[in-house]
Amino acid sequence: MKHETRKATRHVNQNEGLIFEKSSAGKAAWKLPPLDVPEVDPSALLGAAARGDLGNMPEVSEIEIIRHFTRLSTWNYAIDLGMYPLGSCTMKYNPRVNEAVARVEGIANGHPYQPEKISQGALQILKTLSECLIEITGMDAITLQPAAGAHGEMTGLLIVRAYHHSQGRPRKKVLIPDSAHGTNPATAAMVDYAVENLKSDSRGMVDITALEAQMSEDVAALMLTNPNTLGVFEQEIHKIADILHAKGGLLYMDGANMNALVGKVRPGDFGVDVMHLNLHKTFSTPHGGGGPGSGPVAIKKKLEPFLPAPVLMTKSDGTLGFEYNRPQSVGRVRAFYGNFGMFVRALAYIQANGPDGLRQTTEDAVLNANYIRKGLEGTYDLPYSTPTMHEVVFSDKVQAKKGVRTMDIAKRLIDYGFHPYTTAFPLIVPGALMIEPTESESKEEMDLFIEAMKSIAEEVQEDPQTVLDAPHSTRVSRLDETAAARKPVLRWKPAV
Amino acid sequence: MRYLPKSPADREAMLKAIGLCSVDELFAPIPAEYRLSRDLKIPRQMAESEIVDYFRQRSRENGEGYTSFLGAGAYSHYRPVIIDSLISRGEFLTAYTPYQAEISQGTLQSIFEFQTMICELTGMEVANASMYDGSTAAAEAVMMAVRLTSRRSVVVARSLHPEYREVLATYATHQGMPLSVASFGDDGRLNLTEFEKLITPETACVLIQSPNFFGSIEDVAAIAEIVHRHDAMLVVSIAEAVSLGIVEPPRQADVIAMEAQSFGVPLGFGGPYCGVIATREKFVRQMPGRLVGQTVDRQGKRGFVLTLATREQHIRREKATSNICTNQALVALMVNIFMTVYGKVGLKELAKQNLAKTAYAAGTFSEHGKVLFAASPRFNEFVVQTKEDPYAINSRLLGHKVIGGFPLKKFYPELGNAALWCCTELTTRSAIDTAVGLVAESERSVRSPKEADVEEVTR
Repeated sequence: MKHETRKATRHVNQNEGLIFEKSSAGKAAWKLPPLDVPEVDPSALLGAAARGDLGNMPEVSEIEIIRHFTRLSTWNYAIDLGMYPLGSCTMKYNPRVNEAVARVEGIANGHPYQPEKISQGALQILKTLSECLIEITGMDAITLQPAAGAHGEMTGLLIVRAYHHSQGRPRKKVLIPDSAHGTNPATAAMVDYAVENLKSDSRGMVDITALEAQMSEDVAALMLTNPNTLGVFEQEIHKIADILHAKGGLLYMDGANMNALVGKVRPGDFGVDVMHLNLHKTFSTPHGGGGPGSGPVAIKKKLEPFLPAPVLMTKSDGTLGFEYNRPQSVGRVRAFYGNFGMFVRALAYIQANGPDGLRQTTEDAVLNANYIRKGLEGTYDLPYSTPTMHEVVFSDKVQAKKGVRTMDIAKRLIDYGFHPYTTAFPLIVPGALMIEPTESESKEEMDLFIEAMKSIAEEVQEDPQTVLDAPHSTRVSRLDETAAARKPVLRWKPAV
Repeated sequence: MRYLPKSPADREAMLKAIGLCSVDELFAPIPAEYRLSRDLKIPRQMAESEIVDYFRQRSRENGEGYTSFLGAGAYSHYRPVIIDSLISRGEFLTAYTPYQAEISQGTLQSIFEFQTMICELTGMEVANASMYDGSTAAAEAVMMAVRLTSRRSVVVARSLHPEYREVLATYATHQGMPLSVASFGDDGRLNLTEFEKLITPETACVLIQSPNFFGSIEDVAAIAEIVHRHDAMLVVSIAEAVSLGIVEPPRQADVIAMEAQSFGVPLGFGGPYCGVIATREKFVRQMPGRLVGQTVDRQGKRGFVLTLATREQHIRREKATSNICTNQALVALMVNIFMTVYGKVGLKELAKQNLAKTAYAAGTFSEHGKVLFAASPRFNEFVVQTKEDPYAINSRLLGHKVIGGFPLKKFYPELGNAALWCCTELTTRSAIDTAVGLVAESERSVRSPKEADVEEVTR
């Protein structure tokens, strides 16, 4: 390392094996109360269905479990430790009051089938969150049922399909820009639409001429991420919407990048017909190592009959309840009502911000991305000079000449105390470095990030091998992913 | 705004560095006619204390302080305290999907342990890192069988959770996959003779649940024998994970689609929960969802990575096995910790207590009313048939702070006045006695449905 890194210092962390390697017969971390009903003989009650022993399940004490998972936790990077600049992932601060209110007794322990009469608190949370999200997106109605972004995409496209079906013209394909997230085409395939690629123009936006040429009455919808994965706002969005609508198509917006828009502009106002939100991105619910998420789908009025059942309603007596009788509904996409715990957290986030806080949040997120762009422009290649919103995409073009690729730079960033940015995505930028700082980063943290990225760029010129061998400071060095996939070991087995 | 780490001076300095005068210039790319020039009409900014008050108030309106006999796919089990202590660590809570393995070994190793324990409990060879929930796991497992067999139609048991059936119908309709429904017999289990007639050469798989929606344990071995004779696949859904402590797992299945909520996940009004798919090694490349595998680093040290990603949407796009990206990782960690706490002996003892409480409750109920499907073995749920409408009974029970069984009329009108009751280790004998007493009292003084205040409880 050329300079002493200011962000991080190496320190000892604990070794820890697999939990099975700590197990021995007779240790226990549980205690049940005495049984207050007569004991039963399982084999008499269950017959052949009675189970023998539980194989290699562990037997360990409570302190060992605490140490086990605490030690594992220290091997993770986290937002709580520092900047997590993954593009389009919106790794923002996860407020702790969200966690506290999600654990309040009646909220954490409500049963989904308890009578509506005694579920008014939960239903009120659904209603208030729905109203807030409808106002934020400028749409007319919403379902909170989808469990994550991709699930929301599926729900949205099912609604699109049901709408076209009701118009007597089912349509066959969905247009997807080449800059789109992989879930978009995967989703289209799941609902049996053919995927047609739509190319981007030299500014990184939808190529309007191409769209006009490809648009036909066979196109059900365009799935558009706006701002797109280059962090670029589709400036001709009105034209895009008009082209689609003129031929009866619908505009679907992937709301993954909504953090650039909240309080500043509303998709419903610029022609979007259906969109999903990611509560685990824009609305601060924690990523938790990969989930849970929540992917509400907001729609325009004409699509309302097709929403998944049940739909929240206010009954004649003024209380809240669910409407199940929805003959045109696409059906149910998940048991019960969605990831309710995430609704609680998202609402708490909206309340903590209010209209002024949400607007300031968006402004800071866009300011941060532009500050990083300015700081690294000239050091890293900027393939598209179009104005940046909430994220900025560089390429490894300069560094590649020394044989160093985006993944190598990303791995070296770990040694500087940062989580890497998103590598090799979007696909339209070869060797992409996709950086989204979010509003949660202070100027100091971003200065450290810029300094680290510049220092790595110097290393690439002077000592590329150091970058190619990175990371040097982690518990494990680069792992053999090829071997992992060739001969998969997907579970622990006792030594024979 | 208290979450934003910048002073006005910082913002000024940053704008200056970028070469701008005002933040509005950053939003110039958005056509002016679409820019919002007013405040959003949402609640004003609230203090933390106000937010806590708001949710405490909602909590009081949400069934606080009731004794519940509801199960039906969402189960109330004790959650050891250390689950929340550990999942609240920021390094688990605020980490992303572990794509950067070198700084995600904590999450990766814990998922590897999760996959191992799910395999041990289900008798399968591989398990994924999680799916959204039991219902979507079942639908995705069916689609996996469709890919593996290159056949398109599906037979689904009527004793599968009705909402799981609805979800499957949503997924299947748009894939053009015909569904046929196999009924249950007098013992509440799949009617084997009738069911075999529904299997055709186009049947990709048969989807059943065990213990099924009524709590009855299906004869999985016999069902598997029939299904496999027709070269179709058997997919088994498990909604009550604690049953695995004492009930033989459906080892004869080709795919198991689980809901692991029972393992330490709060009821939370229906979510987030934790779906899982487990299967045979030979089917792993058609499995949806993330998988963690063991490997070595450059020094030969053991480590873990996300693997077999060529199945997934970020690599394969429209050719992926599923569009799933975000899963239920933190909830899977709760499940993992729960399984570790109870372990080999505790899980069995826990399941035994569920079995004992339910045997006692079903026995007590049968002294005063009719418990259906008594001929088949059950785990922790049972169906009680009454003279009176269960909605009316439940309405009266609510007055005593008791939430009665789940009325089945909406999904199973053929069962008449029936409700699905559930007991777990948390259900006390006195609560059972009270509930049985109240139901018996109701039954003795049955009023006509017109008199009964049915509309008061609509679900």
